[in-house]
Amino acid sequence: MEYIIKNGMVYDPLNNIDGEKMDICIRDGKIVESVGESAEVVDASGKIVMAGGVEPHTHIAGPKVNVGRMMRPEDSEKDVEAKSGDRRSGSGFSVPSTFMTGYRYTEMGYTTAMEAAMPPLIARHVHEELVDTPILDKGAYPLLGNNWFVMEYLKNGEVEECAAYIAWLMRATKGYAIKVVNPCGTEAWGWGGNVHGINDPAPKFGITGAEMIKGLVEANEMIGLPHSVHLHCNDLGHPGNYETTLASFDIAKNIKASPKYGERDISLYGTHVQFHSYGGTSWRDFESEAPAIADYLNKNDHIAIDVGQITLDETTTMTADGPMEFDLYTLTGFKWANCDVELETGSGVVPFIYSSKNPVHSTQWAIGMELFLLTKDPGKIMMTTDHPNAGPFTRYPRIIAWLMSSKYRNDLIENELHAWAQKRSSIATIDREYSLYDIAQVTRATAARVLGLSETKGHLGVGADADVAIYSFNPETQDASSDYMTIEAVFRMADHVFKDGEIVVKNGELVKPRIDGRTYWVNCHFNEELEKNVISDVKKKFKQYYTVNFENYEIGDGYMRRSAPIEIK
Amino acid sequence: MIKGTGDMMSKIILTPKEQPQVPLEVDTILPDTLAGKTIDEIKSMNILYGNTEVELQEFFDVEGESGEDPSELQIEFNGDVYNTKRIGQGMTTGEIVVKGNASMYVGAKMKGGKITVEGDVAGWAGQNMQGGEIVVMGNAGDYLGSAYRGDWRGMSGGKITVHGNAGREIAEYMLGGKIHIIGNVKMLPGIHMNGGILIIDGNVISRTGGEMKGGTIIVNGRIGEFLPGFEYLGVRKDIDVDGEVMQGLFYKFRGDFATKGADGVVYTATAKNAHIVP
Repeated sequence: MEYIIKNGMVYDPLNNIDGEKMDICIRDGKIVESVGESAEVVDASGKIVMAGGVEPHTHIAGPKVNVGRMMRPEDSEKDVEAKSGDRRSGSGFSVPSTFMTGYRYTEMGYTTAMEAAMPPLIARHVHEELVDTPILDKGAYPLLGNNWFVMEYLKNGEVEECAAYIAWLMRATKGYAIKVVNPCGTEAWGWGGNVHGINDPAPKFGITGAEMIKGLVEANEMIGLPHSVHLHCNDLGHPGNYETTLASFDIAKNIKASPKYGERDISLYGTHVQFHSYGGTSWRDFESEAPAIADYLNKNDHIAIDVGQITLDETTTMTADGPMEFDLYTLTGFKWANCDVELETGSGVVPFIYSSKNPVHSTQWAIGMELFLLTKDPGKIMMTTDHPNAGPFTRYPRIIAWLMSSKYRNDLIENELHAWAQKRSSIATIDREYSLYDIAQVTRATAARVLGLSETKGHLGVGADADVAIYSFNPETQDASSDYMTIEAVFRMADHVFKDGEIVVKNGELVKPRIDGRTYWVNCHFNEELEKNVISDVKKKFKQYYTVNFENYEIGDGYMRRSAPIEIK
Repeated sequence: MIKGTGDMMSKIILTPKEQPQVPLEVDTILPDTLAGKTIDEIKSMNILYGNTEVELQEFFDVEGESGEDPSELQIEFNGDVYNTKRIGQGMTTGEIVVKGNASMYVGAKMKGGKITVEGDVAGWAGQNMQGGEIVVMGNAGDYLGSAYRGDWRGMSGGKITVHGNAGREIAEYMLGGKIHIIGNVKMLPGIHMNGGILIIDGNVISRTGGEMKGGTIIVNGRIGEFLPGFEYLGVRKDIDVDGEVMQGLFYKFRGDFATKGADGVVYTATAKNAHIVP
């Protein structure tokens, strides 16, 4: 099937195209130079055309997401969709069911989404849910920041052994990237504690967060994985944590990115940095240090971040940062779920209500916005809400509108937010507004590049996958700064969405809800001799400590409908 | 003109034809939605029969006359609708009368108006109720005036009166308003209660106010077994409950100290409860 998208205003930062009126040709699921006369024409005149959105960090599948669904029937009740046609029923405002997750990302013009926290031992559950998340291409990041094997290898300075273990684990769990969450902190939580900062050693193992980050970044580049280490820093949500954040970022400064696939140029990825940009010493003198973080980003090229923007909703927090969730539980008194994953990681789930009347939450909102607006190069920053931790992903259109309209922001700051938003941050003094080019950058291009997927994702050049979103907004006649409500509406429901060259959203309606996306994973071949030794070591530990047999640990190809291995040799 | 006197009101009478084995759900049939509609329009309004939408007239004969003003409109279920759920769910005004029994969720999320059920109601009546009034002449099931499953923000306003007995875990997570049970109740009345008033004239089997943090529970009958997390404060005479004086002698307790920051109050009539006083 051939298509031609005619006369749209194209925003494609990876190919330096900024609002040029041009045609996009599609054949057999790919963007091509030209198509024949029989190609079906989709008229995009007076509309925006972008590549399909790429979500670098979200929690949409697996054990903790499902615990969130199970423990919050009251969240499910708030948002219910009946079955209609081929579209399945679903429910959940902050933790939607898998099918609804696929539909809603697609409706917003997103075509790729990465599950950011996969406990290796429970990887099977993650893949089972990803299989039932339709349309989207996806992948999942195995959690390694509190893994006993990793801690032991790195404590002994055996970075190569660690790399061999990770190479095996990526294959065994069908994982995509190394995720590090509160390195050593979740292990300490197994003993009822936490670590503070990057130099506080984990109990028994004696290794520090700083050593873990350094060793894992080195191992990552030794293997040559497409994505960098994906870091959730220590001290999440603590006043004064920005120093920990900057010190963590600095660890990777002199380590060169050497991916064997893709065009990644960073050696470290900092996630939901809004939660890590806090000054002060307590919630009383809490203030924004986002300018210090943005300044670091402006001066260094080895790092990129996603924001984790607060959307001021009632939502559900969920993370492998077990001790942080316990803090949240003691703060709110809300229901709390906690889990320990044997030798690997842990997790917690707590509902949370972000309120515009609350001084801290208002400041958190401002900090996220500051990160977006003070970081000069949108090639270093990505839009996320750390779904659902800071808010549900369905609020992305609102964040886009906030970024594009200082009037929208100021209305909120002056009329709804607590005065702390102005007093404890610089947000009220910033009048920068994102262009549509900037939006394309932070929602597509940057993520595709840092994930190592920019050959086929995040752009509309010849050879890219034909994932395309068309939005009904005419930049020649409409002004995003004043017409921000329209921006919010058009980015919530795209006019057309193509996935692999098929029309899945047509005239604002999801017409093909039952197609499957790819599962990306990394088929690592590192050092096979070394890997043999490492695996015999792993097998011994399995006998000694694990509740499952080594033979039952590996995830077979049957857990992916469209397996898309990236070969690393 | 005095509202709610009956005479002034326009009235729609729904006579049940049969109660099917699969339940009906009628949260679309409210004074708010019937006002301004003709009888023919009302007959063809949709209700749920299991997971299928059917017209109201398939299960009910519809008579009477609607009016423009929903606050002047009474809907009468003229018979036993024991397998019809969500009667008066979300209503804001007007009146609903049920001449027999009703199934679950009577007056759930109700904001205003009045519902009278002459028979019994099943579970979850008045769930997350915000205002208005529910009167049950018979018995009520479990979770009367409670929160939606999983929610920690329950009934916040309005009044529920049950002339018979009530089931388990009534007033769960209650925040405000008033519930009055004239008969007996089963286990755990006022569990997780955070506000409001719960008056029980009859007996309670056990565990009154489990993990309550706020609000007031008055038990005029006998509490079978009381929880250990309550502090005994002594005997009080003629207590003042939200501006109304309740005559007699009461033991006063504060708790439930099984939870942090507990400040709930339980009064029990002294006559039958000497066994729970330390």
